[in-house]
Amino acid sequence: MSELSVNHLLGIKYLKEEDIQLIFETADQFKEVINRPIKKVPSLRDITIANLFFENSTRTKLSFELAEKRLSADVINFSASQSSVKKGETLIDTVNNILSMKVDMVVMRHPNPGAGVFLSKNVSASIVNAGDGAHEHPTQALLDSYSIREKLGDVAGKNVVIVGDILHSRVALSNIFALKLQGANVKVCGPKTLLPTYIESLGVGVETNLRKALEWCDVANMLRVQNERMDISYFPSTREYAQQYGVTKALLDSLSKEIVIMHPGPINRGVEITSDVADSKQSIILNQVENGVAVRMAVIYLLAAKIKK
Amino acid sequence: MSQKTLLNSKEIGIILHRLACQLIENHLDFSNTVLVGIQPRGIYLAERLASILRDEYEVKDIELGYLDITFFRDDFRRSEKILEANKTNINFVVENKKVVFIDDVLYTGRSIRAALTAIQSFGRPEEIELLVLIDRRFSRHLPIQPNYRGRQVDAINEERVKVNWSENEGEDMVYLINQEKDN
Repeated sequence: MSELSVNHLLGIKYLKEEDIQLIFETADQFKEVINRPIKKVPSLRDITIANLFFENSTRTKLSFELAEKRLSADVINFSASQSSVKKGETLIDTVNNILSMKVDMVVMRHPNPGAGVFLSKNVSASIVNAGDGAHEHPTQALLDSYSIREKLGDVAGKNVVIVGDILHSRVALSNIFALKLQGANVKVCGPKTLLPTYIESLGVGVETNLRKALEWCDVANMLRVQNERMDISYFPSTREYAQQYGVTKALLDSLSKEIVIMHPGPINRGVEITSDVADSKQSIILNQVENGVAVRMAVIYLLAAKIKK
Repeated sequence: MSQKTLLNSKEIGIILHRLACQLIENHLDFSNTVLVGIQPRGIYLAERLASILRDEYEVKDIELGYLDITFFRDDFRRSEKILEANKTNINFVVENKKVVFIDDVLYTGRSIRAALTAIQSFGRPEEIELLVLIDRRFSRHLPIQPNYRGRQVDAINEERVKVNWSENEGEDMVYLINQEKDN
């Protein structure tokens, strides 16, 4: 297969296993490109991409922007805090106004789940979902799987536990879809209050004991507690959460095998993982960031190839 | 579809040795020269030449790299065919080196145009030469000519030159394939 089965990247839910493999094989080539003395290729010199961020972001936005620039696309940036959204403009109007300026692709982060899908039905550009509420964050899941593949050789058959605030996490849902699609075994681990009620229906195991979960897994993906999405208290205190669900060096060293530690960032050091774990040899957190650019280049390149002249 | 043989394995062998000798004539001990095979099909020719130079003419320390030009092509989103990338493997800097591009067939010259851009990511070479096994005359879209050619071929547009290597197709042969349907 040499072509994606989709015209937009709205969620992992819409992808096939072959799409993921194609993205990874293309990302391999881009990873070589971004390690050259001159890290740029001219493929997308006639493509214009708008990055629309209706919600805060640092690394995703930078990573997308860098990926676009490394492919020689023209890039325009927009963040909701400085826009007419505040003046009451609707999403479709905002985007159509931007598209009138001849934009071919839209990378969008939005606080509402399904914003990407909604947009793809109403405007003509290719849409890349860079996170929609607590729904999906497909490029993060792709780079997480790509990093596991790079570290352990393959994703299929690996045991992966996602630890923390599953309820409010778009990273968790996209990761579950991506990992299951590639044949990995997935468990989620966290306090009951932060696990969605019907999470087992996605084919994942549930474990509330962190030590048991870590003993089982090859890879632990540690998620941040998303305080900004919490309207009520889900656990008694941050200190108690850290004691129950925080990974420390002592805990890691007491396990029977060496596991891989991942984190999508931003890290709350001392809460979900301690500093010495984040900076340890077992952590591939910074590899994830590097791979993020290569994977996003692959996604943008493959979607751009489907835009008709 | 009909095909005729342009070169058989013996003829290819003779040509490879001639090309190797011509390279030695211009580059002597290859101390400041690097060979770059153009992906996907130039790498077999590049490997063959490198091994002839190494084993039969005792040229030591030949630097050989592979260059993928997919992301530098000018037909992205224009051709029906989806462009698939291959591996680039260049473990040296080409700054102030003499670079020899190696490809199997020179047709429109567009691949070489892309390669000229792509190689700039690895430095500024002193000079770049081009070696091809088959040079299709009268079909160039760009002012690009080879420095070393194995065989010149006059082929009309419906015809296709196919180079087979024993590494991937089980035989060393060059065919001229006529893609028009026989009536």
